[in-house]
Amino acid sequence: MITAERKPLDEILELVGDKKKVLVAGCDTCVAICLTGGEKEAEILAAELRIKAEQDGREVEVEHTAAIRQCEWEYLDMIADKVEQADVVLSMACGIGIQSLAEKFAPKLVMPAVNTNMLGMPQEHAVWLERCVACGECRIGLTGGICPVVRCSKSLMNGPCGGSHDGLCEVTGPEKEEIECAWALIWERLKAQGREELMFTDRPPKDWSKSSSGGPRKMVREEAKPV
Amino acid sequence: MRRRSRYERYDFVVPLVYAGKGSVMTATEYKAGSNLEKILSEGKFAVTGECGPPKSADGSVIENKAKILKGFVDAVNITDNQTAVVRVCSLASGLQAQQNGLEAIMQMTCRDRNRLAMQADILGASVLGIKNILCLTGDHLSFGNHPQAKGVHDLDAINLIKMYKDMRDEKKFQCGEDMDVAPGLYIGCAENPFGDPFELRALRLKKKIEAGADFMQTQCIFNIPKFKEWMKEVRALGLHKEIKILAGITPLKGVGGARYMQKFVPGMDVPQEIVDRMAGVEKGPASHAEGKKLAVEMIKELAEVEGVAGVHIMAVEWEEAVPEIVETAGLLPRPAVA
Repeated sequence: MITAERKPLDEILELVGDKKKVLVAGCDTCVAICLTGGEKEAEILAAELRIKAEQDGREVEVEHTAAIRQCEWEYLDMIADKVEQADVVLSMACGIGIQSLAEKFAPKLVMPAVNTNMLGMPQEHAVWLERCVACGECRIGLTGGICPVVRCSKSLMNGPCGGSHDGLCEVTGPEKEEIECAWALIWERLKAQGREELMFTDRPPKDWSKSSSGGPRKMVREEAKPV
Repeated sequence: MRRRSRYERYDFVVPLVYAGKGSVMTATEYKAGSNLEKILSEGKFAVTGECGPPKSADGSVIENKAKILKGFVDAVNITDNQTAVVRVCSLASGLQAQQNGLEAIMQMTCRDRNRLAMQADILGASVLGIKNILCLTGDHLSFGNHPQAKGVHDLDAINLIKMYKDMRDEKKFQCGEDMDVAPGLYIGCAENPFGDPFELRALRLKKKIEAGADFMQTQCIFNIPKFKEWMKEVRALGLHKEIKILAGITPLKGVGGARYMQKFVPGMDVPQEIVDRMAGVEKGPASHAEGKKLAVEMIKELAEVEGVAGVHIMAVEWEEAVPEIVETAGLLPRPAVA
């Protein structure tokens, strides 16, 4: 799933500026599951904005809504009325949803209320871990189902660097939390699968043109197009 | 009966590619013809040093370091934004070292350049007379002074070695296009015998040899028994015959540095007895002398290990210690090669 984190209130207030009619638009898919931008979180942000406006003595009308999926045109039709009435829409969807909303209702002012941060999975309740960067050339069939592009801090293709220690990466996370060494995990997994030889096979440079380095990507499924 | 290495079962996977595609290399068939290559090819014990470029446009730093090391080492590593901190680039500093009579080993990390830049820089280095290159992944950006930067990591160190080998031997760019004049390169790599998983370390060196590495420098060695254990695996795989191994030495100035490396430097293994030994002497001239003495002892012990072809002395911001260490270790005069 796509995960996102809400922006700090001050940054959101700056984005809203002096607009009088604000719509907070949540999305009830990925960002709702990661407890950041669903209908409930949209309601909470709307309340925060109203309280802040009252404290500051400003007259602001704040509404909230949520689309089932902000990233698809048909779901956006369902919130069109509220969007039309707003001076500014604060989208709590991922970057895809925010842009869909902005494009559908252009030139309506649509602002991001969240930072989209990763394609991750919930490891436990309220903890998400990055698992994919959509590089466009998946090699995890050769690495025991563990992605070195995203899980190795240096995206190494050919085994662990010299900084791997006791199964941990030399890099620590933003809160100084430990990060598992992807290649130590890959090695253990390959051993368990009896496929150790894959560790010693040369992996050529990746084709990054299939990632965002190749420019904005487009996928067309001709066979699925309406006749 | 010789104990069978637990790694030998992997031998069938990727047979070693020998230098010169199986042909016996003669003295005239150097890959780059660098001083370092000649010394190692002739089976002489090599000594390399290390120079960190300055964090400013101060042209005197490398010049002064080169003057200190000249005649005491066969070539000198010029670090590439080491610990992810911006410095004068390794190409310019390498050239400057060579202009001051010291052969450069230009370090190249995968952190700051994509494959275009890494090929362009090596062509430029070759045009300017730099012949030794050390291919590294690079310390992570989070350790440096620009942690907000975008890490490149287009290639990894093994991809980099292979790319340079193909440029040199096949006259081909990474994309497969031909070039007219190939760069003459003596290709180095690094390996950390103290990194985990330990059972992968010798095998990873094998992978680097297959990619095309000619020589290898290790991470700083303090834990000699563990290094010897690693070398045993290296010899069991026959790797010491395929690559020239230079054992890494860092002279300690005092107990502070020892403790710092023990606790904070990724991939370092500093046994407590080393820390205790440095703690037993007074900080200053006494600890400096002890650090040099320890380095000499370690060089002598490492030189006896079968498969060690030389030492790489990394006297970080303490280049002045190198001449005395090299001399006391009995490694002078440095061999002159034609």
